Amino acid sequence: MSGSRPSAADLRDQLWRAVLEGGEYDAVDCVRAGLDAGWQEEELLLDVVARVQEKIGAEWAADRITVAQEHAATSINERVIAALVHGPAAGRPVPHRGRVTVACVDGEWHAFPARLVAEVLRLRGWLVDYLGAQTPTPHLVAHQHHTNSDAVLLSGSIPTHLPAAHAAITACRAIGVPVLAGGRAFGADGRFARALGADAWAPDARGAADVLEAGLPRPMAVRQAVDDLPHLADQEYTMVVRSRSRLVKQMLMDLESRFPAMRGYSDAQRERTAEDLVHILDFLATALYMDDAEVFTEFLGWTSEVLAARGVPVHSLVTGLDILAEQLHDFPRGLHLVHEGANLLRGRAADAAVPGAGV
Amino acid sequence: MTAESSSPGREVVGYARRVPALVIPSPGSPAQPRGTDVRAAPTWKDAPCPALVLDASGEVVDANPPARLMLARPQDGGALRVVVPSWLTAAHRGLVEGGVPPEGQAAAGEIGDRFFAAHPSPVAHGGVAWWLFDDTGRRRAEAALTSAREQAETRAMVSSTLLSSLNVPRCAEVAAQLAAEHLADAALLVLPPVGRRFAVTHALRGEPAVHSSLPLDPGEVPGLAEALQGFPPVPARWIDPHVLPGWVLPAGFTGPVGSVIVTPLPGHGVSAGALILLRSSAERAFSPDEEAFARLFAARAGAALSAARLYSEQSAITTTLMRELLPPTLGCLHGVDYAGHYRAASDHERIGGDFYDVHPGDDASQETFVVLGDVAGKGLDAAVLTGKIRNTLHALLPLASDHEQVLTLLNGALLTSRHTRFATLVLACVRREDDGRVRLRLTSAGHMPPLIVRTDGRVEEADTHGTLVGALPSITVRTAEDWLAPGETCLLYTDGITEARGGPLGDELFGEHRLRQALTECGGMPGEAIVERVQMLAAQWLGSGSHDDMATLAVGAPRAVPPTGADHGTDGSRGTA
Repeated sequence: MSGSRPSAADLRDQLWRAVLEGGEYDAVDCVRAGLDAGWQEEELLLDVVARVQEKIGAEWAADRITVAQEHAATSINERVIAALVHGPAAGRPVPHRGRVTVACVDGEWHAFPARLVAEVLRLRGWLVDYLGAQTPTPHLVAHQHHTNSDAVLLSGSIPTHLPAAHAAITACRAIGVPVLAGGRAFGADGRFARALGADAWAPDARGAADVLEAGLPRPMAVRQAVDDLPHLADQEYTMVVRSRSRLVKQMLMDLESRFPAMRGYSDAQRERTAEDLVHILDFLATALYMDDAEVFTEFLGWTSEVLAARGVPVHSLVTGLDILAEQLHDFPRGLHLVHEGANLLRGRAADAAVPGAGV
Repeated sequence: MTAESSSPGREVVGYARRVPALVIPSPGSPAQPRGTDVRAAPTWKDAPCPALVLDASGEVVDANPPARLMLARPQDGGALRVVVPSWLTAAHRGLVEGGVPPEGQAAAGEIGDRFFAAHPSPVAHGGVAWWLFDDTGRRRAEAALTSAREQAETRAMVSSTLLSSLNVPRCAEVAAQLAAEHLADAALLVLPPVGRRFAVTHALRGEPAVHSSLPLDPGEVPGLAEALQGFPPVPARWIDPHVLPGWVLPAGFTGPVGSVIVTPLPGHGVSAGALILLRSSAERAFSPDEEAFARLFAARAGAALSAARLYSEQSAITTTLMRELLPPTLGCLHGVDYAGHYRAASDHERIGGDFYDVHPGDDASQETFVVLGDVAGKGLDAAVLTGKIRNTLHALLPLASDHEQVLTLLNGALLTSRHTRFATLVLACVRREDDGRVRLRLTSAGHMPPLIVRTDGRVEEADTHGTLVGALPSITVRTAEDWLAPGETCLLYTDGITEARGGPLGDELFGEHRLRQALTECGGMPGEAIVERVQMLAAQWLGSGSHDDMATLAVGAPRAVPPTGADHGTDGSRGTA
């Protein structure tokens, strides 16, 4: 049997083709065949399905698939998970460990990683309450009062949800439930999870299962949000969040006066630009909240790559930051972040302009 | 200072720097210079504090009357002899051997039931004069302060920890653990019985709490039956630890029980249970202070348990009542995909004034009846009316194929109910044909017409409109018929989506135009992906702003059929219309 076992790479290729073509049944067949060939459910989930999902995201960022294809592929991949863990082939494990809650941060729509963690934990014998995408913190807390979980696993993919994650972590810990944070939002090394007072961080589903199996003590000491992040006392985060709409309007006006071409933009184009500015401000606010410049510079680096993939020059982003800097003269931390971001982008633009270095 | 310390006196046997002169000058006035009457000057023996002089070997050379009064003990011969306390002997030896101790480091120890600090001053021939200062009051005050601070900290910690959870078992667990940690060696919490069984939580210091449900007789433990009824606690000294039944002791409790406290947990008006504290015979018995603290602890724990019990009762009621109002879980029915998403107006609620339902036909040849609607208003009141409308429509299912009749009957029912609210809705009858296409009959009653997303991304509005229900005596509607090719989806939605206010500039409506624009990117997407995308875009448009209830429901013709089924077309790209 093991001789005919297809490699993970083969299965990934098959699954990738199936989800891309919207072939739900082909996709399900692919993992079922893997099961029949002797693959474990957990291996299929993490080494095949999860990796294909990563590829979906990467292909979208590189503009090789459309947003519709991304959504369609994700939704088929979700059905693959359901078929894999609830199908007749899966001898459903009896919960024998404890009870945990898996939820996404409020505002976080990327539920796929959380779903994977939930299923892996079920396979490992945990009783899992999966609350899904964008769980409002009041629901999460009410659920804890209701169920008395041993732990909350909080998933976040986009860093702008870190302030909401902080509220959720603080609330869960205040009622004596430890929080295990995971997902890209918390940093590749989990440093944001620690900064926000999470009891633990795990880089992936297997790591999360290991942390739970080692046991998480219940938090006793009551902490307040400002205990974790004393720099919030300068109110820069609050001010930027509160004046976001005003800042966007001001920046749009300034951009139009500097780029006369913008005056000819259609409403839809103007709205896209405004949305880009909102993203910049949201990431700036998050960097202020975390007091971590990388939150902002990483976002700008990623954005410039996404823009480059779609043929948009980076210098418009730099101009946007220069205009923003003028608006932030009373905010020393914010101003510093914007300068750092602009310098990074200027460096990239210079690199790209080196003759012969073009891609 | 120099003048004073250099004035010699007959009784002076020596002096040290940094210690007061042994001759205490008389408080004479400048007009009457001191020293004129030497006999009147007090000597070291007149000092009000006990003082004694020890020679280099530690023998008593001399002692003043206060020292004699305190330290003299009758000897075998009947004579009194000054006995130096052992701590002072040790300090003296240390001083003689090691030289002058650093400043501020006086020897200290107990004499009888009082506490003294001893300050040395060297005298001739290696002797030392020891001055004893009574420090008992300060010591006691400090001890009382420390213990009061510790108690206050423990109480604050106990209160906040107890009040943190509204889950009854968790609350009992925390209370038992805290009690075992701060009040006793082991603690158990007995909750009021359910039937004949009692929920008991045992905790041993340093161990996790253990829940069990026991069919016990509270009469076996002195004071427990009373405590469970909320009567005042029996004093600890009245309880004989030897009569305790075995179930009281937590697993792992070592040694016989030395002392016991049984105290009620006073809840909000009714008893929340009883707390039993155990101390092993190796430990001292509970002091009256500790008993008082135990009662205080029990009061806090009782209040917390009461609150948790009330919360869980209320939330159980809410859950039961709400179950019927929650939107149904959707999936594939008779070869047609259904997906729905609901977001209530306020984040702490799960229901509101929007609703949807899918009632499958008896078999695949029968039409499936779909409804999505919006009751004026939001919150619980609106949710209750959605429940009535959903029930009414359920009862009208046999007539479901005639939308106008269904809506007329519903209109009549709403007009005669005591509610003054009206509602808008969309009805759909759905059936999958043999060729893989899905036939739709759609009727809007005052609601936004459904949008149909073709595989190529075209978005079409269903040609239906009609009057809302529950407001006018009669209604008029027009039903539209439409077809979905495989991969196409019909989206029903409420105005919470299009009237979401926000966007990058903070004050714009999401609007139908943006919704249609978003849907053009959704050609060929599965219904659940479309529903999620629309909800996500609307949520992102809103940001953190307030919003109305938002409901979306997608009816989709699957792109492919299960390979196990009949050989229907596998990939549908046939367009209609």
